[in-house]
Amino acid sequence: MKMTGGQIVCESLLKEGVDVIFGILGGAILPLYDTLPQYPQLRHILVRHEQCAAHAADGYARATGKVGVCFATSGPGATNLVTGIANANLDSVPIVAITGQVARPFIGKDAFQEVDITGITLPVTKHNYLVLDTSTLARTIKEAFYLARSGRPGPVLVDIPRDVFIEESEYHYPSKITLPGYKPVLEGHPAQIKKAAKLINEAKHPLIISGRGVIISQAYTELKTLAETSQIPVTTTLLGIGSFPESHALSYGMIGMHGMAYANMAVNNADIVIAIGMRFDDRATAKVAGFAPNAKIIHIDIDPAEIGKNIAVEVPIVGDVKIVLSELNRQVTHAHHLEWITQLDSWRKDHPSTIVKESNSLIPQYVIRKIYDITGGQGIVVTGVGQHQMWAAQHYWYDRPNSFISSGGLGTMGFGLPAAIGAKIGCPDETVWCIDGDGSFQMTLHELATIVQEKAAVKIAIINNGFLGMPRQWQELLYSKRYVASRLIGPDFARLANAYGIPSVKVKLKEEVVPAIEQAMAETGPFLIDFQVEPEENVYPMVPPGSSLTELIEEPKPRSKAFSNSAKSLVSNV
Amino acid sequence: MASPKHTLVALVENKPGVLNRVASLFRRRSFNIESIAVGSCETPHLSRMTIVVDGTTTMVEQVRKQLEKVIDVVRVTDITQDPIVARELALVKVKSTPGTRGEIIQIVDIFRANIVDVASDSLTVEVTGDEDKIDSLVGLLRAFGIKEFARTGRVAMPRGGTNSVTVDRDT
Repeated sequence: MKMTGGQIVCESLLKEGVDVIFGILGGAILPLYDTLPQYPQLRHILVRHEQCAAHAADGYARATGKVGVCFATSGPGATNLVTGIANANLDSVPIVAITGQVARPFIGKDAFQEVDITGITLPVTKHNYLVLDTSTLARTIKEAFYLARSGRPGPVLVDIPRDVFIEESEYHYPSKITLPGYKPVLEGHPAQIKKAAKLINEAKHPLIISGRGVIISQAYTELKTLAETSQIPVTTTLLGIGSFPESHALSYGMIGMHGMAYANMAVNNADIVIAIGMRFDDRATAKVAGFAPNAKIIHIDIDPAEIGKNIAVEVPIVGDVKIVLSELNRQVTHAHHLEWITQLDSWRKDHPSTIVKESNSLIPQYVIRKIYDITGGQGIVVTGVGQHQMWAAQHYWYDRPNSFISSGGLGTMGFGLPAAIGAKIGCPDETVWCIDGDGSFQMTLHELATIVQEKAAVKIAIINNGFLGMPRQWQELLYSKRYVASRLIGPDFARLANAYGIPSVKVKLKEEVVPAIEQAMAETGPFLIDFQVEPEENVYPMVPPGSSLTELIEEPKPRSKAFSNSAKSLVSNV
Repeated sequence: MASPKHTLVALVENKPGVLNRVASLFRRRSFNIESIAVGSCETPHLSRMTIVVDGTTTMVEQVRKQLEKVIDVVRVTDITQDPIVARELALVKVKSTPGTRGEIIQIVDIFRANIVDVASDSLTVEVTGDEDKIDSLVGLLRAFGIKEFARTGRVAMPRGGTNSVTVDRDT
């Protein structure tokens, strides 16, 4: 059947099971938008900046496990996507970005709103395409979705010239894909799995580090079986949060720069580390030379290039985590490791990194804990990037996969709000909390308009300390307290929300926290709470840059009154 | 100890932008390319890249795996340890006078190179061989004065009877 390029794109999206698109229109992509009314099954969410289209598609993909889709026009529309695409790339999130391009006769002529977006996104996509022949359009979209979701997932960009959307071509959706250069290995090598099982069965101090790969591969049951069979304590990376229930007796929380002290100590003292679906990011390992110095490392990952990239490992297993773990579980024997677990518990008792400290003032850790208490841990938490992100990781417990959505690899401030919109659109029945910092929030706050227009009932908690808090913390601890450019004067967030038509409340006192959260939960629509917290709270534990995991700074004794008063005066009347 | 040179052979899809993808990868990951030679191969729709890289074995293994990840790259093989035939081609335009022409021709003959162009004040020499042979010839010709010099970079393949770097027919 003959169809226009625009119709071919929409038909192909339907074939791939797409029901939501995040985007902004513009000249080059207008012909595609013009066909959208013929496809009412495709819901279009109009965002306010293309970066947020990519982040929303990202949040949608993480919350639902499906491929997120975003549209942008040529030139600035396409370049605005780049941060969102790079974010999805580092966190292995499947998104397909479709960009309009200037018409074929204008390509290479520096036409209005022309950029070489396939050139620009080459290093931050899993793959990308410029479609110059309308007859290849359907096949290209099929490949794009296949690449985005299979193997190690990632973003794929398809750049389509304006005249390709208009041109007619025979539509036939291919049933098969031919990509001779792409064959993800799913089954782990039997000999390697055997070797790993032997090491695990002989281990005295085994430890699991679970990463986002466990979530992507949906290997929760297999991970739980492994941990329980052999009584192996489980730690996670930041993005591995939710891969193993944090309320489980064998859960010892997050490792890394702001990980739990006892989790980092466990890494330091383990004799076998089973690293599953993680990539030894420097924020997780701290100084590589000091990482797990006493351990033999078993590394399970679907991406062969991750093996040996940052850390030399004893037993590499390339394969899909779920498949590898279910095979491994057949060979792992029952064990207790009582002594090791007792040791971990005593570290946890002596270094209680998750206890909210006593304070009469409004501290951010308390806010996070109360959100946890009131939601019963049942919501989806989406964060921005900074101190609030670490507190949200530390002081809320995540029992379900995909209940903590955060920008890990790229550390993109401004990720929170648009990703929360994506998560809420994908999971309308879930309570979605966007926990954001005042700095991070101000990078994408225009999406408040999207929330209203698209009726996305996101609950927003701004941890407002009047600083770009994480750099301020570094300045305090590492730059002799020289607060260069970290002081932040924001708007009145509550009134700002009202201006967009979103109800809100401002919280300055500890006793106002619970009623405010309850009010937000009672509201059927969106709600914003501006928590004006202690300005100079720090995230602890902290491993200073260049140190190894156990050289960490823990929460110090309470500061002198004079100091905290002077700090307070800095942000009064904001 | 200087890190050894490795010879990688990559079979890639013959599509626009593939060389850019490979080159971009090398730049982004700070891998050092000594030479890269690209051309057609025995399979239609595929091109063959011979890449010479400097680096430790661990690093080159990372190069190989990162190359394999590029969707348009079908296969990458490190043939450094294999018995291989490796050749480069160079063109050298060397200054000559009636007095030196004979001596240059003698040197060219010893190296089994060819004179491919003769002018009143220069000779153009074509030489094929491994890097050492080309380096020695160029070293000798330098004494006469080199006006222009171009070389291709290495192409290589395993010797017959050993494993060939090809793709399966069904792919």
